[in-house]
Amino acid sequence: MTLNPATQSVFSDHRSPARGGTTRWKSGAGPAVLPLPAASSTPKVSLKDISLTYKGNNGSRLLALDSINLQVKTGEFLCIVGPSGCGKSTLLHLIAGLQQPSHGHVLVDDKLVDGPGTDRILIFQELGLFPWLTVAQNVEFGMKMNHVPKPERQEKIRYYLRLVHLSQFQNNYIHQLSGGMRQRVALARALATEPDVLLMDEPFAALDAQTRDLLHDELERIWAETGRTIIFVTHNVREAVRLGDRVAVFTFRPGRVKREYDIDLPRPRHLEDVTVAKSAREILDDLREEINRSLEAEYGFEVRP
Amino acid sequence: MKKFARHAIFYVGLVAVWALLAKLKIWPPYVFPTPWGVLEALVAGFKDHSFWIAIAISMKRMLLGYALSVFLGMILGLGVASNKFLEETMGGLLVSLQSLPSICWLPLAVLWFGLTEKAILFVVVMGSLLSVTIAMETGRHQIPKIYKMAGRNLGARRFRLFWHVLLPASLPYIVSGLKQGWAFAWRSLISGEMIFVSLGLGQLLMMGRDLNDMSLVIAVMILIIAIGYIVDGLVFKTIERHLQQKWGLSPAT
Repeated sequence: MTLNPATQSVFSDHRSPARGGTTRWKSGAGPAVLPLPAASSTPKVSLKDISLTYKGNNGSRLLALDSINLQVKTGEFLCIVGPSGCGKSTLLHLIAGLQQPSHGHVLVDDKLVDGPGTDRILIFQELGLFPWLTVAQNVEFGMKMNHVPKPERQEKIRYYLRLVHLSQFQNNYIHQLSGGMRQRVALARALATEPDVLLMDEPFAALDAQTRDLLHDELERIWAETGRTIIFVTHNVREAVRLGDRVAVFTFRPGRVKREYDIDLPRPRHLEDVTVAKSAREILDDLREEINRSLEAEYGFEVRP
Repeated sequence: MKKFARHAIFYVGLVAVWALLAKLKIWPPYVFPTPWGVLEALVAGFKDHSFWIAIAISMKRMLLGYALSVFLGMILGLGVASNKFLEETMGGLLVSLQSLPSICWLPLAVLWFGLTEKAILFVVVMGSLLSVTIAMETGRHQIPKIYKMAGRNLGARRFRLFWHVLLPASLPYIVSGLKQGWAFAWRSLISGEMIFVSLGLGQLLMMGRDLNDMSLVIAVMILIIAIGYIVDGLVFKTIERHLQQKWGLSPAT
């Protein structure tokens, strides 16, 4: 198997004529209007007064998350930004049900979350793709665990691999793919279980700029095509503004919601758009203080200006 | 093939030094045999079938004892890994027991089973059981947490989580444990066989001693090394290489 992902052009398959992504956006002012299944008034995801305390080994307690209240509408794209160590990844784990809050509840469709469920799929920062399975088998995994019949699984594997433009790589193993391709496998694996809510934990942090831009486009397109609710965690403010309908800024330790910003910029957006840069600037100023606090905590007081 | 050439040069040199020392006749041949004497012993041993018989008998014991210890070791290892209390208590005991050379079980085995086949099997099992168990246990712990989380996140529970995620994720560790277990079982078997008339390779070694036949002793030693090397190099290396290629892993230690 001699496959060189580096020379594999992600760009060429991206421009395949079959995709109808960006044209489906309503351009103009205001957030894009999505073809959503009945936008009801109850929020899709509702975080009620969530706190999380870690116990240290010497009996000390660390408050990681403090009274988080957030609501996410069906089909909404919410981005959470904050300095590293603000507990934003932990929050995703709580919503995914992989961890329980010390206080407060996570509600999805007004139902209490008390464990993992395939209505909410988390895409980990490290992806967690299974190296012992092929691309297709990775995508199949969630469906197999949820007893989806085989013919249906085959059909969905085909559909979602096409959606992320990886059809020709279905029989490859994960280590044979480039970083951007792995990202897309993780996305396909998550989408194949057809979750209502997609939780993404800094998924594009480790990618080079071109690949990241491309995946932004693809994510936006897939979001539009599938109408999922997405909660996207990042430390990159510009990324958050580029993708989100709304951006929530978190404070550094303990993590609290400092402020929320509605992003009313027309889609499709681009990372280099002046409007995106301007909004990002504004949010970044707000975030600066928190970043400084996180740097102080990490490096001691040496870096203080 | 440059690597092969280097190896060839090394071994030809080694045999040449050996031959030279033997030629100098510093020691009598029953202390220091000649290369050609050993070669003769090897050829003779295979010709009169005594080596074939010894290999067959030893391998039969080996397969039986190894299979048994793999089976028991997997159950034990998983049991220990799945329970915090057992892990703390028995885990520690297992590690300390591993410092006991397996041949130390022989007196106990002889008292329990007499000078029988069972005594040898017991020693073989005790020799490899611990390393298989410990490998299973550490395998379960070494698995990156992300796999378990990803599995749960995608809806895998209990047995399915174990079968589809934890087991395959720990496969590289399991294989290296099986490999180590095999090596220990092989050592234990040969030591066990040396104690009484057991017809295996170990006993052949002792026969060489009894007959003052140093060539035979060396010949059997070479045989034991060769068999150990072949199984390790062919069976386990192949499995490991296959796993690494498929997973894109660096060699499991």
